[in-house]
Amino acid sequence: MADVLKLHFDVDGDDFTSAGEASADVKKRLRLMGYDPEIIRRVSIAMYEGEINMVIHAGGGVADVSVYPDKIEIVLEDKGPGIPDIALAMSEGFSTAPDTVRSLGFGAGMGLPNMKRYTDELHIDSKVGEGTKVTMIVNT
Amino acid sequence: MKICEIEKHLGAKALTCLGLLDRDVTSACGSDMMSDVLAFVKDQAVLLTGLVNAQVVRTAMMMDMLCIVFVRNKKPTQEILDLAEENGIVIMTTDKRMYDACGILYSNGLNGADING
Repeated sequence: MADVLKLHFDVDGDDFTSAGEASADVKKRLRLMGYDPEIIRRVSIAMYEGEINMVIHAGGGVADVSVYPDKIEIVLEDKGPGIPDIALAMSEGFSTAPDTVRSLGFGAGMGLPNMKRYTDELHIDSKVGEGTKVTMIVNT
Repeated sequence: MKICEIEKHLGAKALTCLGLLDRDVTSACGSDMMSDVLAFVKDQAVLLTGLVNAQVVRTAMMMDMLCIVFVRNKKPTQEILDLAEENGIVIMTTDKRMYDACGILYSNGLNGADING
């Protein structure tokens, strides 16, 4: 489809400082495209949380964003350790992040719950030892 | 409250986007946990924090915040300042502690806001 904008980002797992660059880029593009600020806010926060998660837990990964006429889809894929218990990981306050991550302002167990909070659909496909694929959709 | 009034009330020093100090802000929040800011904050233009890293600026960017106040005399790196400058976010530092800084702004009329549910 010609009217689908597709964006691809590599998320560096070794550089906490650069985490969020992809989300910031998407936010700027959506703003230029004239999207409603609340839609932009929801997309960028959800993607940012996902980016941070990939850096904290999985050594980075890739992010693909597709802008359709009626929705924005964000797909985040990593080859990290996987999530053994997705229901538990979705609980607010549950975190496996080490204290070093908490000292950076994250790891409070709000990442996945926030991603669910700010999107219309959240799908998590994870295999322990293989990686995790997170798909988020925000209807526009 | 204008951003320049925040600077005055806190005895703070603005370090970036000095041309934006006349902008009005209507609410603020204080936290060292960016996860909580991303979860519970909505429509708050000022973030007070004792955490100093680039993700504080990125969090503010995602939340459409206009101003970051680093409390307890925390000094941001040039990299942090550059990121804020590029993205139109005023950074200032104050020697006040978090509780005092929030209290001063609150008592001068800069409120918090409803928790984003």
